[in-house]
Amino acid sequence: MELTLWTYEGPPHIGAMRIASSMKGVHYVLHAPQGDTYADLLFTMIERRGERPPVTYTTFQARDLGGDTAELVKGHIKEAVDRFKPQALLVGESCTAELIQDQPGSLAKGMGLNLPVISLELPAYSKKENWGASETFYQLVRSLLTDSEKKSTDHSTNKWKKEGRRPRVNLLGPSLLGFRCRDDVLEIQKILAAHGIDINVIAPLGASPADIIRIEKADANICLYPEVAESTCLWLERKLGIPFSKTVPIGITATQEFLKEVHEILEIDSGNYSESFTNSRLPWYSKSVDSNYLTGKRVFIFGDGTHALAAAKIAKNELGFEVVGIGTYSREMARKVRAAAKDFGLEALITNSYLEVEEAIKNSAPELVLGTQMERHSAKRLGIPCAVISTPMHVQDVPARYSPQMGWEGANVIFDDWVHPLMMGLEEHLIGMFRHDFEFTDGHQSHLGHLGGLKENKSSQPREELTDSSKELCWTPEGEAELSKIPFFVRGKVRKNTEKYAEEIGCKQIDSETLFDAKAYFNSKK
Amino acid sequence: MSGATLLKETGPREVFCGLTSIVWLHRRMPDAFFLVVGSRTCAHLIQSAAGVMIFAEPRFGTAILEERDLAGLADAHDELNRVVKDLLDRRPEIRTLFLVGSCPSEVIKIDLLRVAEKLNNELRGKVTVINYSGSGIETTFTQGEDGALKALVPLMQTTNKEQLLIVGTLANAVEDRLIKIFGKFGIENIHSFPPRNSTNLPSIGLGTKVLLTQPYLTETSRELKDRGAEILQTSFPLGVEGSRKWMETAAKAFHVPQSTVDATLEPLIARAQKALAPFIEQLKGKKLFLLPESQLEIPLARFLHNECGMDLIEVGTPYLNREMMKQELDLLPIGTQVVEGQHVEKQLDRVRESSPDLVVCGMGLANPLEAEGISTKWSIEMVFSPIHGIDQAADLAELFARPLHRKNILSQKKPQTT
Repeated sequence: MELTLWTYEGPPHIGAMRIASSMKGVHYVLHAPQGDTYADLLFTMIERRGERPPVTYTTFQARDLGGDTAELVKGHIKEAVDRFKPQALLVGESCTAELIQDQPGSLAKGMGLNLPVISLELPAYSKKENWGASETFYQLVRSLLTDSEKKSTDHSTNKWKKEGRRPRVNLLGPSLLGFRCRDDVLEIQKILAAHGIDINVIAPLGASPADIIRIEKADANICLYPEVAESTCLWLERKLGIPFSKTVPIGITATQEFLKEVHEILEIDSGNYSESFTNSRLPWYSKSVDSNYLTGKRVFIFGDGTHALAAAKIAKNELGFEVVGIGTYSREMARKVRAAAKDFGLEALITNSYLEVEEAIKNSAPELVLGTQMERHSAKRLGIPCAVISTPMHVQDVPARYSPQMGWEGANVIFDDWVHPLMMGLEEHLIGMFRHDFEFTDGHQSHLGHLGGLKENKSSQPREELTDSSKELCWTPEGEAELSKIPFFVRGKVRKNTEKYAEEIGCKQIDSETLFDAKAYFNSKK
Repeated sequence: MSGATLLKETGPREVFCGLTSIVWLHRRMPDAFFLVVGSRTCAHLIQSAAGVMIFAEPRFGTAILEERDLAGLADAHDELNRVVKDLLDRRPEIRTLFLVGSCPSEVIKIDLLRVAEKLNNELRGKVTVINYSGSGIETTFTQGEDGALKALVPLMQTTNKEQLLIVGTLANAVEDRLIKIFGKFGIENIHSFPPRNSTNLPSIGLGTKVLLTQPYLTETSRELKDRGAEILQTSFPLGVEGSRKWMETAAKAFHVPQSTVDATLEPLIARAQKALAPFIEQLKGKKLFLLPESQLEIPLARFLHNECGMDLIEVGTPYLNREMMKQELDLLPIGTQVVEGQHVEKQLDRVRESSPDLVVCGMGLANPLEAEGISTKWSIEMVFSPIHGIDQAADLAELFARPLHRKNILSQKKPQTT
């Protein structure tokens, strides 16, 4: 039994719903009690969907349990098939139904329905949402392709040359309730088209069961979101010999590497991807003199595996930040994130507890947090600027404008989304600087609200929280006064460094001299 | 005789389960913690229903059952004991701990009562542990509050002093206002249940007269009756008419002269009617369809028809307690179609066929209906908004007028959705 106050991922059947809702012509009969219907609002509210998820809940009640719940399930399946006329049917159960063991999947298969029926077994007490999405997509693809008679066994990646056509690939993994999938797909399509590569099938987003059957016509698969599509890509490689790309094209470097990888897989000769400098503004914006301000900004990163890994690389190599913390809630991606953390000289935080993440943020005193909606909340409490880079998300993370994370345009979006909160932090400081000018109107509200830089001087509480780890040390009032003269957005870093220095030299009382000593000490080490 | 035609329907539903009430109950009693014993689905449900409101460590959580709890590798009761102790170590300010049963805990028959009793013995009054079920196989949405309050009744002391007990969660400001008006009646000894502090429970007994603020407190009122209280049968305090009847019922029970009641309420009513007028203009003659969810549908329909002039196409309700709703049903126009239970697909067919101007529904259905060009109002808003009492009647009407007004001012009536 695990105490959970808030969870990054839903149960695995939510993952199955993401696949079903992403597709066309698929219906999902979910053996579940009435409360489980809450899941619809994730799609209609967060994604602002104008249609209900294609899900029928059997909504069994306590009084049904004594009777024949199996008949109830069959009734709902029949009704759903008659009403929605899907081309493929997913049948599964949520946590409660798993305990009753009605095996709705087998029931459905025994009904002699004239359509493919995919039985989903998603263990609700050990697995989570992304796993459920991945498993559902895999089962669906495997089942539809195994059922379809025509199988190409002669797969080779340069078949397109022999056939005298352009190479074509599948984009696998984009789904509803994924982070910016809608726009990523457009961006990648655009980039591949510019390189003469066609798209065969995009799935699950927007695909029908008939499209899934066409998957095997592609020369290669693009695994856009490993959390959802990796197991499917692996199976397609093993069974049908279709290779897949492993680089996730988020960031300039990653997009270049992605293009290189895809060209190699498809055996296309072309090695010049300098288009990044013409098609994305990130490289120039990051080089421009204005961005000197970004140098060495301390950034804390937490999210799903894919987005956390990509963010860390961009932060360090493309924006010149310092990564001071990295972690993920995706256990399936833990190994990759641990390895990346090691490269940054850090230990990865693998957890499903947002309070642990908040604690880690406090302890690393970052100037920018890149995280999920929950880290946005935590950062707000701590008065630190934040940008959202990963699910779980809120309705504001499904913007009206085109705003991918992937490809050249994705890099532009990332530059804006990450730098903007930092600039707002700088503005906060300037407000502090000008607040004694007579023109300054009292009560100026900044977007950081009561936790902004202005008020920080007046209350010592947030500062005490920041230094939980060094309780034996103490700051003299004179030392505190000197510290308060330092702009708030670097104050956390200075405090941290000074305390580290004081500890190293065995100093218990920190005054202004200690602070200057520490500054000189760290400067000399640069 | 009731004015309504009562029908029943079964089939797939689209309603929250009783766990959802935790979202407002934990705000009402800040010294209480609600620990759901359930699955990841339960945790995900509550946080999704609570939306963006987790800006601090919440006073609700889930003890998530895992494979080993189910396989019998760990004794679920011992495990729960451990989780509770960890929680109480972490949150020493908690005075009352609600162990909330869920679908899975009910199905595998975890004996929460036994766990609660054991914990009460060990904690010796530092924290009171009680249990109830919010499971979706037994309860719907607001019924969770009924369960939570029912569980508190045995903890109430006995008194035979005459008092008015207002039962059901209200917004604090609204509650203060209602108590002030009762004060003008000369009713002084007034208490609320649930209290604003879980340890500050009112006493109960033969002199207690109970006025229900919410229509979903069936079990609680039965318990209170068993403790000697008199449950005053009346309408619910929504709109001018309902609130007036509600207050008059209390006045009568406390022998307040009608002249005092009139003198107190007449100015309020006149003011409320003035405030209502512009909304009546917007709502009059508009067709309303209420899907079942909050259990407030019947009193809302009564208000929106009788006072705002809306036409009622269908009034859905998750379940119907005829005794409790009798006064409300009588106030509905003859022939009003009241449908208990749900077959969501068939009901949506009826929605489309009747082309209503406004549909009251759950959050999962709102945008899909909007995309079809049908204006909607979330029923969950009714349990979060201060809507009770004469003074709030115009605010209540405004909640329904706003979507219609908005549709009017937007140039694109039926937008294309993605």
